[in-house]
Amino acid sequence: MSVKTLTIDGKMMTGVEGDTVFTVAFHNQVQIPRLCHLGGIPDVGACRMCLVEVEGRSKLSASCMTTIEEGMVVRTDTETLREYRKLLMELLLAEGNHVCSVCVSNGNCELQALAAYLGVDHVRVPYRHPRREVDLSHERFGLDHNRCIACTRCVRTCDEVEGAHVWDMAGRGEKLHLVADLGEPWGDSENCTKCGKCVQVCPTGALFTKGSAVGEMEKDRSFLKYIVYGRERHQWVKKP
Amino acid sequence: MTMTSDELGERAEHELERQKTFRERLHCCTAAGCQSCGGDAVRASLKQQVKASGVEAQVEIVGTGCMGLCSKGPLVKRESDEALFLEVKPDDAQALIEASASPSLEARRVDPKTHPFFAGQLRIVLANAGTVDPERVESYLAAGGYSALAHALTTMKPGEVVAEVTKAGLRGRGGAGYPTGVKWQLVAKQLNETKYVVCNADEGDPGAFMDRSVLEGDPHRVLEGMAIAGYAVGANHGYIYVRGEYALAISRLQLAIKQAEKEGILGARVLDTSFRFQVELRIGAGAFVCGEETALLNSIEGKRGEPRPRPPYPPEKGLWEKPTLINNVETFANIAPIITRGSEWFSNIGTEKSKGTKVFAVAGKTMHSGLVEVPMGTPVRQIVTQMAGGIAGGGKVKAIQTGGPSGGCVPEHLLDVPVDYESLVAVGSMMGSGGLIVMDETTSMVEIARYFMEFCMDESCGKCVPCRAGTVQMHTLLQKFCDAEATEADLDLLKKLADLLRATSLCGLGQSAPNPVMTALRYFPHEFAACMKPTAKGASS
Repeated sequence: MSVKTLTIDGKMMTGVEGDTVFTVAFHNQVQIPRLCHLGGIPDVGACRMCLVEVEGRSKLSASCMTTIEEGMVVRTDTETLREYRKLLMELLLAEGNHVCSVCVSNGNCELQALAAYLGVDHVRVPYRHPRREVDLSHERFGLDHNRCIACTRCVRTCDEVEGAHVWDMAGRGEKLHLVADLGEPWGDSENCTKCGKCVQVCPTGALFTKGSAVGEMEKDRSFLKYIVYGRERHQWVKKP
Repeated sequence: MTMTSDELGERAEHELERQKTFRERLHCCTAAGCQSCGGDAVRASLKQQVKASGVEAQVEIVGTGCMGLCSKGPLVKRESDEALFLEVKPDDAQALIEASASPSLEARRVDPKTHPFFAGQLRIVLANAGTVDPERVESYLAAGGYSALAHALTTMKPGEVVAEVTKAGLRGRGGAGYPTGVKWQLVAKQLNETKYVVCNADEGDPGAFMDRSVLEGDPHRVLEGMAIAGYAVGANHGYIYVRGEYALAISRLQLAIKQAEKEGILGARVLDTSFRFQVELRIGAGAFVCGEETALLNSIEGKRGEPRPRPPYPPEKGLWEKPTLINNVETFANIAPIITRGSEWFSNIGTEKSKGTKVFAVAGKTMHSGLVEVPMGTPVRQIVTQMAGGIAGGGKVKAIQTGGPSGGCVPEHLLDVPVDYESLVAVGSMMGSGGLIVMDETTSMVEIARYFMEFCMDESCGKCVPCRAGTVQMHTLLQKFCDAEATEADLDLLKKLADLLRATSLCGLGQSAPNPVMTALRYFPHEFAACMKPTAKGASS
């Protein structure tokens, strides 16, 4: 494995061949906004929040899917990028029904935190107010489609980490939605192991533990680190 | 059973001899266009009449591919004098077969050499459409079919084939215009043992049917192009991804693959050489986004038809992570002629940067609509006014639209733009796969912009945020314009969203979705202005 040197936001950084721009930036205390990326599960480059400018490339690149190259010059926080991220966030907020005041994840929500970080104080596009279902058929967890941003973290975690592949996306465009198994109520899923990993990786309050009241749903992702370290080093210790 | 390349020539000659025994051969168009207006009945009636007149040994009825002038179908071509008959009815059978003078039939006879629709066309891709029977491999062999493959396999090294395609200057006919030879080189240089050749036949632009006609009229030509590509890049397996709506093209392809396998043209020993190549068909399920190359690959793999981020590009990591060559139907159809007639011949056609010809499906409010193949560099005006005959009923052309939902409109005053990749991009449109929609003065450009945005909104896979949520919002705004409810702020937001989609979407569908809106705004700003709510100045406060 060779070491590569690159410049991110004017600072020289190094990473190992195969690392992504996002990872190298993260390890050097440069936080690139993201929603679909989560360390430990495969990336899809869908939320477009982590787009960065790479010198010599005409198009913006999703930093979570861009592997580093020697001498690369990356800018993660320009006026243009900030404006795009803001509008993307507004599109997301208008697309579903994100009402923080009645949400279990209020105060512990990645979408909410990112909106505040990006300075989104109002939404310029009209709210869509879609009619979406809430699935409370599972004995331990609930799924509120109104709060889902289709980041597919749950899909990837269930498939890659738990190995059950309960979740999938169905429909397309505006009608894109999460389905358990072949579109059954979550509680009827024969594949679900009730492990709750999907709930813990969900960035919003779409997946939650039943019985949580407003603001009570805090997500714990330490298990991901535990599993990833364990797999890499063949060491299964609780706190690596 | 494997046929050698020498036997190929014998078979072709044998078929030509057989064809010469007929006094007359009548070519009936059996493509989807003519079928839909009664072409099958005409063909059946002609066959019946041949039997009834007892001239089975003298007159042959041949089913062929698209002859081009679809709006005047069903079409029948008489081989002896190349006369073309328009709007043929089953009752015309006797007059056609006995060559007896029928004034009504004579009135519908045109000479393709002088008719404005055909004059100025140059048929390379469509050379066989209208003459070759797509359901008989012998017919294709008689027209020189598979001789390019035989030539490449027996006298050329794979690298030489790639070099020939590069020298010819052929560029991708799917719309973006990437140099085909360069793409082949990228795949050829990969060291992986397993590589794939994929033919993109998921033609989905509204109004476009070039690829369908090629597949329906000359399926063996596409197979031949794919086999040559497989030999050149070192792939042994090919896939054709064809949209499910093209039932006739699918059945013709299935038949063609079966015939080619039976003759040993495809299979373990292609034309009795050590080259192995097989082709499989994959049928799409109606998602427009599957025409995007990475979504298409996902779909072949059995996954959800969603694009993957590029890089890595398919020549490096494509189908099942293996190096994959993806070309469009029309691109593959150009390969055999390039190998047979040489790169120099091909590169002398067209303009400096765009070589060869381009097939356009002309649709809209024109007098004639159908398929035309013109040399690159032909002014768009010539296609619209001469070939398509201008607006039916004598109206005025307002604009044309190329490139479907990824392209844009070209206003009347810019119609002299030549057909080539760079010139069309310079005026804000694009070559696209070849749909050309002509609009007259009565067409609302705001409505056209809204229509194409609705198309993109419905066809967005939903994977990335800007395309999924942005197309919906842009459509809402355009609907406001159509309802004359829009404000200055809406126009501003529309432009902001257009920029966002272009810059941040994951794949070509989202990145190019604002194009129809942006060109409409650029050339017809007054139409948008006219759709805005009159601002009540001073009315408030």
